[in-house]
Amino acid sequence: MFEEYSMAELTDILFMQGFAGLILFSVLVLMALGLAIIFGQMGVINMAHGEFMILGAYTTYLTSHIFETYLPALFDGYFFVAMALAFLVCFALGVLVEWGMIRFLFKRPLDTLLATWGLSLILQQSYRTVFGAREVGVTLPEWMMGSYSMTETIEVPINGIFVMVLTLFIASGVYFLMFRSLWGKQVRAVVQNRPMAGAVGIDTGKVDRYTFGIGCGIAGIAGSAFTMIGSTGPTSGQLYIVDTFLVVVFGGAQSLIGTIASAFTISQSQSTLEFFLSGSMAKVITLLIVVGILMLRPQGLFALKIRQ
Amino acid sequence: MQQRSNIRFMSRQEVLGYIMLAVILLAIIPLSLDVFRLNLIGKYLTYAFVALGLVLCWGYGGILSLGQGVFFGLGGYCMAMFLKLEASDPESTKIQSTPGIPDFMDWNQITELPWWWEPFRQLPFALSAIVLLPTLFAFIIGVAMFKRRVGGVYFAIITQAIAAIMTILIIGQQGYTGGVNGITDLRTLLGWDIRSDSAKVILYYVCSAALFICLLLSQFIRYKKLGRILVAMRDREDRVRFSGYDVANFKIFVFCLSAMFSAIGGAMFTLQVGFMSPSFVGIVPSIEMVIYCAVGGRLSLLGAVYGTLLVNWAKTIFSETFPELWLFAMGALFIAVVMAFPNGLASLFKRYIEPKLPAWYSGKTMVSKAPIIEKDSSMETAHANALGSEENIGSSKSLAKPETAVTVAPRTDEKLEGGVYVD
Repeated sequence: MFEEYSMAELTDILFMQGFAGLILFSVLVLMALGLAIIFGQMGVINMAHGEFMILGAYTTYLTSHIFETYLPALFDGYFFVAMALAFLVCFALGVLVEWGMIRFLFKRPLDTLLATWGLSLILQQSYRTVFGAREVGVTLPEWMMGSYSMTETIEVPINGIFVMVLTLFIASGVYFLMFRSLWGKQVRAVVQNRPMAGAVGIDTGKVDRYTFGIGCGIAGIAGSAFTMIGSTGPTSGQLYIVDTFLVVVFGGAQSLIGTIASAFTISQSQSTLEFFLSGSMAKVITLLIVVGILMLRPQGLFALKIRQ
Repeated sequence: MQQRSNIRFMSRQEVLGYIMLAVILLAIIPLSLDVFRLNLIGKYLTYAFVALGLVLCWGYGGILSLGQGVFFGLGGYCMAMFLKLEASDPESTKIQSTPGIPDFMDWNQITELPWWWEPFRQLPFALSAIVLLPTLFAFIIGVAMFKRRVGGVYFAIITQAIAAIMTILIIGQQGYTGGVNGITDLRTLLGWDIRSDSAKVILYYVCSAALFICLLLSQFIRYKKLGRILVAMRDREDRVRFSGYDVANFKIFVFCLSAMFSAIGGAMFTLQVGFMSPSFVGIVPSIEMVIYCAVGGRLSLLGAVYGTLLVNWAKTIFSETFPELWLFAMGALFIAVVMAFPNGLASLFKRYIEPKLPAWYSGKTMVSKAPIIEKDSSMETAHANALGSEENIGSSKSLAKPETAVTVAPRTDEKLEGGVYVD
């Protein structure tokens, strides 16, 4: 099947495909980070995670509109404001949800799945009511459009690079938060031994609440980044949840490195397979491989040893 | 009366419950509704098979599968493949470029029937495939997961992923599966027109009868030692393991059984509705099926049927009048059923209706208006109840081996947490 390509063209295609895989990787990491934090901390899978992302995306959409109408001079920088807002909005909603719902279901993780699924349905319908069923897109500022040509045949889109840089930034931010701050120390203490953490004076309820909020906030940032590479509709969140869940589960519950490694594996295998097969078969095979590996190694790639 | 409650795997209340359901399904509904509505109820009942499987698997076994749609779909597709092959005989498909193969294959430039479609020309093969194929699939998943002690949230997520894979696969392989539209335009079963009014009524009865067989089988399992081990396993898995039982085998069994029920439901669905499509396989329908079970009461076999009927009926009403409100209602239902009444309709019945029923219902020798006293208020209420250790005050001798109610609603909020199973 490769006869019609020359060697140089093949390398270029491979490179471009690899780059597309990297963008997918960044998006997956952004989406999975928030979920991984929550799952690692509380053992709760937030089925409404996709909807939190979409909330971030809609926040970005609104911000871009406001900037376009009232502050056209500052339009180039709206994206940073939008991301901060997306984080705040999702954080606030996340804290609210934890306070109103999750904390009562703490000992029943399976029920949390259902309750958060209910939440996701409600959010979806709210988006549909408020923003309409049609997908919306944002106007990108000028500097984010176009692409950067590395050679004559290789071009990389600038928004893709931006998403990658953003992911790097957020991931290191989460790393510092979890492993270099007092709050992170508390979180890890609660993960390792909840009653003992409580006994030494850590307010575990508060730690849970803010962990959930921050996880949702990161989902908001992910959604915000998302608007740069695709349009947003009320049900867009659903398209990605399975991938995101698998990334988290595949990576191992309490491991940040695991999440990143599994996102990398999944995205690269998917984009490489996409070149050989149809898109849907690539996805099927990727997911099957992940499920297969999970059956052999249920604890995920990197499992943190904790006392059960 | 005394004789009745002597049936070995049911209490008097349960016998009455089954009779009541039989009267509703076999007499009241068919007599009061027109054929269109009856067919609709028949369609709802096919979901009740799935809900019933989930009661066993989730309520009793503690295994939440978010991929029951896969088995429902497999059963449905097996049936649809048989019906489709019968509908596409060379005579009625002579306008195609390749007569004798299903129309969607012809549209996708496939000129020969794939080898794995071939055996579905025989009804016995198709019928056994409906039951065996999904069960086998569930068995493979079950062995792979439970033998390695994967459970809880992990299992839920993986079954969900399997549902997603299945949908993508069916949609992607359009030429072999009919793609998004599914397998449509099914007409006859061995020459018998399944679209006629009389056929719909007959199929409704067949569906109800099959549902009753599944219900009684579940009831039997639940009453026997197997059912009790399942409950024990759900509540304290390690203790059951330490007692010498191979926990994984029980889980595999109950998961396979629920898959089989779902598949029968799927096949009945295809027969009554006349098509099968990937929209009954994916993530969203699979989770919806969990809510049918949850609304009825996750520990109540009969509740699964009522829950399914109620939710679907509400869905139809809402979609006809306020389509935009349905998702709000559905979302609220999910949250409410989990947070406010985790044992569903069954607990409401136990709490508000049962105490008001006359004495012959409970089979008590003395009339007692007082609610059943709950002895066990510890964390293991549900466990104890389901194991049948709750005391039936003044119950007749026939209940020497007390088979108690499926669910007893704990009466205070503190108990709620413990009343539901705790993972």
